[in-house]
Amino acid sequence: MKVTTGPSSESFDDAAGYYTPGEPLVDTKAPTGPISERWSTRQFEARLVNPANRRKLDVIIVGTGLAGASAAATMGEAGYNVKSFCYQDSPRRAHSIAAQGGINAAKNYKEDGDSVHRLFYDTVKGGDYRSRESNVYRLAEVSASIIDQCVAQGVPFAREYGGLLDNRSFGGVQVSRTFYARGQTGQQLLIGAYQALERQIAAGTVSMYSRHEMLELIVADGKARGIIARDMVTGEIETHLADVVVLASGGYGNVFYLSTNAMGSNVTAAWRAHRKGAYMANPCYTQIHPTCIPVSGSHQSKLTLMSESLRNDGRIWVPKNQADCEKDPREIPEEDRDYYLERIYPSFGNLVPRDIASRAAKNVCDEGRGVGPEVEGVRRGVYLDFAEATERLGKDAVAAKYGNLFDMYARITGEDPYSVPMRIYPAVHYVMGGLWVDYDLQSTIPGLFVTGEANFSDHGANRLGASALMQGLADGYFVLPHTIRDYLADGPFEPIAEDHPAVVEARESVRSRIDHFLSVNGTRSVDSYHRELGNIMWEYCGMERSEDGLKKAIDLIRTLKDDFYRNVKVLGAAETMNQSLEKAGRVADFIELGELMCIDALNRRESCGGHFRAESQTEDGEALRHDDQYAYVAAWEWAGADAAPILHKEDLVYTAIEMKQRSYK
Amino acid sequence: MNLTLKIWRQPDAVTAGAIHTYQLADVSPDMSFLEMLDVLNEQLNEQGEEPVAFEHDCREGICGSCGLMINGEAHGPEVTTTCQLHMRSFSDGDTITIEPWRSDAFPVVKDLVVDRSAFDRIIQQGGYVSVNTGAAPEAHSVPVPKDDADRAFNVATCIGCGACVAACPNGSASLFMGAKITHLGLLPQGQPERDSRVVNMVAQHDAEGFGGCTNIGACTASCPKEIPLDVISQLNKDLRTAIRHGH
Ligand SMILES: Cc1cc2nc3c(=O)[nH]c(=O)nc-3n(C[C@H](O)[C@H](O)[C@H](O)COP(=O)(O)OP(=O)(O)OC[C@H]3O[C@@H](n4cnc5c(N)ncnc54)[C@H](O)[C@@H]3O)c2cc1C
Ligand code: SF4
Ligand code: FES
Repeated sequence: MKVTTGPSSESFDDAAGYYTPGEPLVDTKAPTGPISERWSTRQFEARLVNPANRRKLDVIIVGTGLAGASAAATMGEAGYNVKSFCYQDSPRRAHSIAAQGGINAAKNYKEDGDSVHRLFYDTVKGGDYRSRESNVYRLAEVSASIIDQCVAQGVPFAREYGGLLDNRSFGGVQVSRTFYARGQTGQQLLIGAYQALERQIAAGTVSMYSRHEMLELIVADGKARGIIARDMVTGEIETHLADVVVLASGGYGNVFYLSTNAMGSNVTAAWRAHRKGAYMANPCYTQIHPTCIPVSGSHQSKLTLMSESLRNDGRIWVPKNQADCEKDPREIPEEDRDYYLERIYPSFGNLVPRDIASRAAKNVCDEGRGVGPEVEGVRRGVYLDFAEATERLGKDAVAAKYGNLFDMYARITGEDPYSVPMRIYPAVHYVMGGLWVDYDLQSTIPGLFVTGEANFSDHGANRLGASALMQGLADGYFVLPHTIRDYLADGPFEPIAEDHPAVVEARESVRSRIDHFLSVNGTRSVDSYHRELGNIMWEYCGMERSEDGLKKAIDLIRTLKDDFYRNVKVLGAAETMNQSLEKAGRVADFIELGELMCIDALNRRESCGGHFRAESQTEDGEALRHDDQYAYVAAWEWAGADAAPILHKEDLVYTAIEMKQRSYK
Repeated sequence: MNLTLKIWRQPDAVTAGAIHTYQLADVSPDMSFLEMLDVLNEQLNEQGEEPVAFEHDCREGICGSCGLMINGEAHGPEVTTTCQLHMRSFSDGDTITIEPWRSDAFPVVKDLVVDRSAFDRIIQQGGYVSVNTGAAPEAHSVPVPKDDADRAFNVATCIGCGACVAACPNGSASLFMGAKITHLGLLPQGQPERDSRVVNMVAQHDAEGFGGCTNIGACTASCPKEIPLDVISQLNKDLRTAIRHGH
């Protein structure tokens, strides 16, 4: 089996000097044996906790998105004593609510050749062979139960006239395995999990702490034993102790400032845990989504995603001739249009995976064939055209399928997509990196578990559409509740007191950070720093990266960090609701994360998934992976504020699947 | 464009609030209403005045966090959420009055932020199907007619923003509650608990201090998700049936 895909096996380390090499990392819980039996074996081997003891075990779960709410509801039902936290006013508002397109599951309801193995295969391939084989197989295996669970909760998925569930195909996949609820699947799934959670709150098994932000992890005697949280209304700094802590705090795409994420999404929970010893894996893996509404001006606070399902019927094109770019698209004849995805990737056409569609859009705009308003001298937009679909299906059918998206587009841009083609451009959407976890979803800190977008394990270097929702719910309903038992079987752990040095230290560090931000009294707003960080990240650590650019970005970020601590202006007090103070803490953590993302990207001199290294491409400009050198998870250990991070490599070993260069041509 | 903004400022739940007036220049019609407030906040921060607290998260019209009374209308002049309202709905020289949701059941937390946790407590009283994880039957074992599924979806799109309460002269949450009762009532999964659900949710609604519905319709007119008024008829019908069944 030949797995070397690069032309040479010469060794590069562009990041030498920026980090300290560490010991290799192994997943000690990784099961062996036939891949289809690994999960049932692990479930059987995980020790049990008897129902009478569960009541005595305290579980903290930070986050109420799909990953957190499903876990809290399930652990509550099982009889554990759960405390659930979120920064919004209600758990129902977690960022998962915004997911549009759908959720995958290997149900094979369409009899089109789908199976657990095919979902597994597509996901590993889609992730460019940088995810963990065993984890992905488990994800595919439990996917079907997720749909059963959600339907039983009353989630109103789309149905066919016979009353059975409908499916559609979704970005980069050739079978119809995506379940959906109009363009609001995330909302309906989250409401289902939220309702299950509220039911447990009423039953008294879960206590809900909304408007609470976790600001520190407590690690006592080597184990995660609780969190320090700030009550965002009163400003009170609270200590919450437990036997185990679960982070389901979502992704950190907002490090780029402009992204499709909810404005409050942040890295603080994960980053604080990282500083306490949890490794951060593959931080540079960012997914750029191809179908977002382009930036219109400098006031912009976020980018809006147009569901990927639009690519099922919309055709993507730009003018062949630069001179046509300013013209009304309806006046450009067929022969002068370049349907570039259909041209370059004839078998997948407009349905190529996200990273490929995104880069292709960037390339045509860089060539000067972009459309829409010029932003900093370049037109950054391509057409997504429904004229052909409207002709084929009729306007009513198009409206029935995509009406709410068309309305949203019209509202934001002021243009009518029924008559003029939409304009789209890639935007930061999702992060595949996150805290390192073993097969049990446990981080490198015993007793700290991480689920959903906050962990790193299932998506590799690129995430296929409709698989983040699947992972969040798989982790929360079906994986964590089993694996965590094995850890809890050793509990209840020796109680720790509020004056334990580790608790005092954590509380003091939160206090002093808050005092610092409020006392600097500088001249620049928190947002201005966030925006500047975002520009650096997008420019140098976005869709395309190079050695020089990344090194430059690291310098810029270090200077920015220095300035931030000396010159930020945060008004108001600590003992009240203070949104600038909340943001200051988050931006401080984003700055440190941004630097690590650049170091990680520098180390990985290969192009894979959403990560395109200019130094690693084929002759015709396609991404080039180097399996001989980079088939590893990069897990970073914090070594201190002024020390270089330590890199631990976990080798990715494939036994059930063969690594191949991805090709969609 | 240039605007005069009259904004409710209130430091916390117990301190009295008042309207403050601010001038804002160079507002682009492409900005969302919240982006306009971001620009104001940058300006206030610069001048050493604490920024205006307001709630938001997704800025895509789906999380239900944002919500303001704009010139006396919940979410402003268009049928949408505040984050999806754009400044092209206003004109140069306008004076815009911005206040928090008005309702006794939604006390002010600070400035434009209110406490809507009463909604969660209503859901706790039965706004769910009691199914434990792992105990679900195969999804295709219970077919649901497409029309019912579509209608259930339509009413399930309620984002819990609270505009219906803010717009209602009685401060009733019947539209919010009716949406959930109708959603679960349309599906086979929701039947076993149908009677107890409506009785318990209505009791909680009243205990939270929401007012009764007198069919004014201001709720549905200001609902960004266009939840129809007939969910309230459904609510009342379910309540009567439940009482007849002895609940
Ligand atoms: C616009 C959009 C569309 C999408 N569409 C799809 C799709 O169609 N299909 C798909 O599979 N995926 C989609 N995704 C991706 C998917 O929605 C997310 O990856 C997923 O929902 C993440 O879920 P989560 O539970 O891990 O985290 P989130 O839902 O992000 O939840 C994070 C939770 O953590 C809490 N939290 C965070 N930090 C703290 C803290 N410090 N203290 C206390 N609480 C904290 C928050 O309050 C929140 O409750 C989409 C994403 C976006 C942005
Ligand atoms: S019914 Fe409409 S107005 Fe009321 S909370 Fe739901 S979405 Fe908001
Ligand atoms: S901010 Fe989420 S609905 Fe407006």
